[in-house]
Amino acid sequence: MTQPIAKKKSNLGDLLMKLGPLMVLALLYVIFAFTRPGRFISMANQMNILKQTAVNCLIGSGMLLALITAGIDLSVGYNAILATCTIGVLMQNFGITSAWILIPAAILVSTFAGFMNGTLLTRLDLPHPFVSTLGMKNVLWGLALLITSSKTIGFTNKGIDDVLWIGRSTFDVNIFGVKLLEGFPASFILVLLVYLAFHVFLNHTALGRQIYCVGGNPEAARMSGIRSKNVLTVVYTISGLMCGIAGVVLAGRLNTANTASAATYDTDAIAACIIGGASFRGGKGTIWGTMLGALLISTIRNGLNLFSAGNDIQYIVIGSVIILAVTIDVTRGKVEARARKLATL
Amino acid sequence: MAEYVVELKHVTKKFPGVVAMRDMHIQIKPGEIHGLVGENGAGKSTLIKVLTGIHIPEEGEIYVDGARVNFRNPVQAMEAGIACVYQELNIVPMLPVVDNVFMGRRPTNRFGLLDYPQMHRIAHEALSTLGHAEINTKMECGKLGIGLQQMVEIAKAVTQDARLIIMDEPTSSLGEQEVKHLMDTVRRLRDRGIAILFVSHKLDELFELCDRVTVMRDGEHVLTDDITNLDEDKLIQGMVGRSLDNQYPKEFGVKGSCYLKAVGLNQAGVLRDVSFEAYSGEVLAFAGLVGAGRTETMRAVFGADKLDSGDLYIKGEKVNIKNPGEAIRRGIAFLTEDRKGQGLVLSLPVRQNLTMANMKKYRRGPLLNHHHIRQVSEDNVRTLRIKTPSINEVVVQLSGGNQQKVVIGKWTNCDADIFIFDEPTRGIDVGAKIEVYNVMNRLVKEGKCLIMVSSELPEVLGMADRVIVMREGRVMAEIARDSDHFNQHDIMKAAWGGEIA
Repeated sequence: MTQPIAKKKSNLGDLLMKLGPLMVLALLYVIFAFTRPGRFISMANQMNILKQTAVNCLIGSGMLLALITAGIDLSVGYNAILATCTIGVLMQNFGITSAWILIPAAILVSTFAGFMNGTLLTRLDLPHPFVSTLGMKNVLWGLALLITSSKTIGFTNKGIDDVLWIGRSTFDVNIFGVKLLEGFPASFILVLLVYLAFHVFLNHTALGRQIYCVGGNPEAARMSGIRSKNVLTVVYTISGLMCGIAGVVLAGRLNTANTASAATYDTDAIAACIIGGASFRGGKGTIWGTMLGALLISTIRNGLNLFSAGNDIQYIVIGSVIILAVTIDVTRGKVEARARKLATL
Repeated sequence: MAEYVVELKHVTKKFPGVVAMRDMHIQIKPGEIHGLVGENGAGKSTLIKVLTGIHIPEEGEIYVDGARVNFRNPVQAMEAGIACVYQELNIVPMLPVVDNVFMGRRPTNRFGLLDYPQMHRIAHEALSTLGHAEINTKMECGKLGIGLQQMVEIAKAVTQDARLIIMDEPTSSLGEQEVKHLMDTVRRLRDRGIAILFVSHKLDELFELCDRVTVMRDGEHVLTDDITNLDEDKLIQGMVGRSLDNQYPKEFGVKGSCYLKAVGLNQAGVLRDVSFEAYSGEVLAFAGLVGAGRTETMRAVFGADKLDSGDLYIKGEKVNIKNPGEAIRRGIAFLTEDRKGQGLVLSLPVRQNLTMANMKKYRRGPLLNHHHIRQVSEDNVRTLRIKTPSINEVVVQLSGGNQQKVVIGKWTNCDADIFIFDEPTRGIDVGAKIEVYNVMNRLVKEGKCLIMVSSELPEVLGMADRVIVMREGRVMAEIARDSDHFNQHDIMKAAWGGEIA
């Protein structure tokens, strides 16, 4: 009865952890703004960053779900590419140009791949999604190569511009005749809508909250009547769905279906989630944090571009940022473990 | 040679909030088989861990062959000649016998490579002295039966020149024939001057095998005597002999109809023909030793584990529960014994944990009604007196007792009729315990059916209306509160396999 309430300490540290990515982003803005005056802070460049972020945001949203369940989806990059290639092959080999067929077909293919990921994981009792999704990554890559006969398919002037619209269009935003934003990418509007939906899904639906439960403690979730296997299957299916949508956006952005372009999508998505507060140990992460993480990565890439740094340097920097983010995640875990020990009687 | 191979004097081992072993002393002579018994939580495991250097005691002295030692880690204990064969064998099943015998040690030849011919010879010699020369040292360990795997473990201890071999419930997973072989081996070891500390839950084995026996209770030494001076009653008296203080605010409900009936539950190697009936308005306790199959029975009822055979009836209706979700829909709530591993998602807030088992109830349309969730959670915090800064605090920050109240809240929110509480007061302080008992009283008065699994006999006697005693997966006895057998001694006797007159 006289037991004291375990003290809530280091509120400040907690806050810093949460605001960390935002502060880093702000710091980057200041640095790039001063070192690349007029070029970094320009409407065109800022809109360019958003455009570059869109695909990572879409893929990252699905990845976030997998990470919340203490899993991972390594097949996302090639799943998105497979969606783009599906559009290309249906157009080139079958002469289909209707967006009403091409877009659903692409999304369906990726969603099915995601469903397979979840099914393999939960019904074959594979030890970790690392296994099923890594295997699936290669399968999907192979499929993409197979259906395209390893050739790049161009989309320019093929009569499927309405499929490409979402990935390439931009808007101007005028309020009271004042041009507020110029060239705002349609793809980022899609991202905002998707993220809003994810926010509602994760925070305001039973299934969304169950995902956190399964991630935080699968056994406790099971003993509370949550069908963990079904939840996991849904998670990987949604991840596939998001890859499909990302694939459609990619078609418009790249104007080609190219099996070689998936190189950084997996790691970028994982990095966005982890920077945004998700953990490899599962149970946490927010969709807005993921957006912040994705923006951070794009901003670094963009800034390095403005310094004319090549792919080589970009890979090194992004790689280091990922390692740093994971280190911070691990440190967070240790701090929490200590708190847990102290709370143990 | 010193009189005792190992001697403990005034050893105390504390954990945050608990004294696991207090002022313990024990003397083990060379070449004796020394039995160690006690209730669950009496401190036997702590004693083993202190002897093997896993736990470092705060106070007291340990002597090996009359010389004072200070074990800082398990390797030092091993080098001093103390080895332990644990209940869970430390065998790598994919490796051959010889590598298991020499695990962690590398006898090398003059080229610095492993000297396999010598290793095979030594391993074979060791197994021969145990009476098991037939074990091929090249054989994969996993292909041996459990009894022979145990021999490999003992051979490991022998080749380490152990002078004291601790055996922690070595017969628990052995068949009758294997037990005989083991006893032969133990006697052979004794005849070679090796001391054995034999921890067992089976009194008949102690009388058959041991020279002397030590009884522990509540982390303290109760008695040590030659087995010839002891009988079953004396041992049980020593294990339970504590007074029942008034920590149990028992209130009585009105016994109603049968809510849960189990008939002939079977699970290979775990449960054998378990039948019982639990009634509304009554606390039915399950007593027994750890591993008696009580938790397993409850898990099977709750649909967490599959049964091989057996029938379940809820309020007279035959049911086939395939998973916990279905059990919850049928009105069963199960507070698991491992609250951190199975009861809570520690990284999530109180609010979320309280509503985890019936989340769909809080929906308004497709979305969750957070206002409703907040109301219910705040109501739980008030009525259960959960001490937390807010319902948004993550559960990991709460104390054990308050964590347990969160789990209780989770289940009382579920509109269940049958509440299974598995070790509901384990690891929580006295104040919180009484609050848990009060919740149980309230539920029983509301006409709920309560099943309590408890390893603490005073708690069973304090709170139960009826007790079922289990042992080795079977129901041994059923004792009503008004029966003459409703006492620690008789329950303990049944739990240890004795007949109640």
